[in-house]
Amino acid sequence: MERVPILKIGTTLFVSIQIDLQDESVMRLQEDLAEELAATGARGVIIDITAVEIVDSFIGRMLAMIGSISRLFDAETVLVGMRPAVAITLTELGLSLRGVRTALNAEKGLALLNGSA
Amino acid sequence: MDELPIRSGDDVVRIRQQVRTVAARSGLSLVDQTKLVTAASELARNALVHGGGGTARVEVVTSGSGKNGVRIGFTDDGPGIADLDLALTDGWSSGDGLGLGLSGARRLVDEFELTSKPGHGTSIVVVKWSR
Repeated sequence: MERVPILKIGTTLFVSIQIDLQDESVMRLQEDLAEELAATGARGVIIDITAVEIVDSFIGRMLAMIGSISRLFDAETVLVGMRPAVAITLTELGLSLRGVRTALNAEKGLALLNGSA
Repeated sequence: MDELPIRSGDDVVRIRQQVRTVAARSGLSLVDQTKLVTAASELARNALVHGGGGTARVEVVTSGSGKNGVRIGFTDDGPGIADLDLALTDGWSSGDGLGLGLSGARRLVDEFELTSKPGHGTSIVVVKWSR
């Protein structure tokens, strides 16, 4: 199982998913992020899915859960870089990802977290 | 065409990659490729989690009117599905999922055929046609 690295820059945790996600990897990411949030007191999480070719119901649910978990650590999650085909497919699948904020790219996501968007 | 095993999370990833390759080669649009790969991911996971593993067969098909498409057959030897209508209902789940796997996969493809009998496993064949 491959692991997704988490980078801390200032008060933000950056996650850029560059692998073909299998269920175990995304569950591990959830645990790793919770630990990082607790250890660092980060106020925001940016998850970049520019390279992610599909988000199915399991991966989508895990991403939504990351948003909920972050909130328990007083942090906001922004999902950035979703491909148009992924957005269309997710909507048809019936997944709304309610509770997770989204932005077009990492720069806009960061602006959202910093309250300047 | 090759039969791919569904025994682990890695196998699910391999099936997604194989479906992507075949769908691109068959001329499906990027959105249709993404829909089919997503449906395949749902169905392969179902075979793994609920069916205790199985196989997937990915092949190129041609319609009577000459259109290309991709057909994927999933088979598992799991417990089968007792109530098909219920299993295909949005939001109904046998586990702790969202209940979108089966019903969502059906929406993402053009043809969807499910055969299952309690005690005899489940077989699902889906087809996505190029436009």
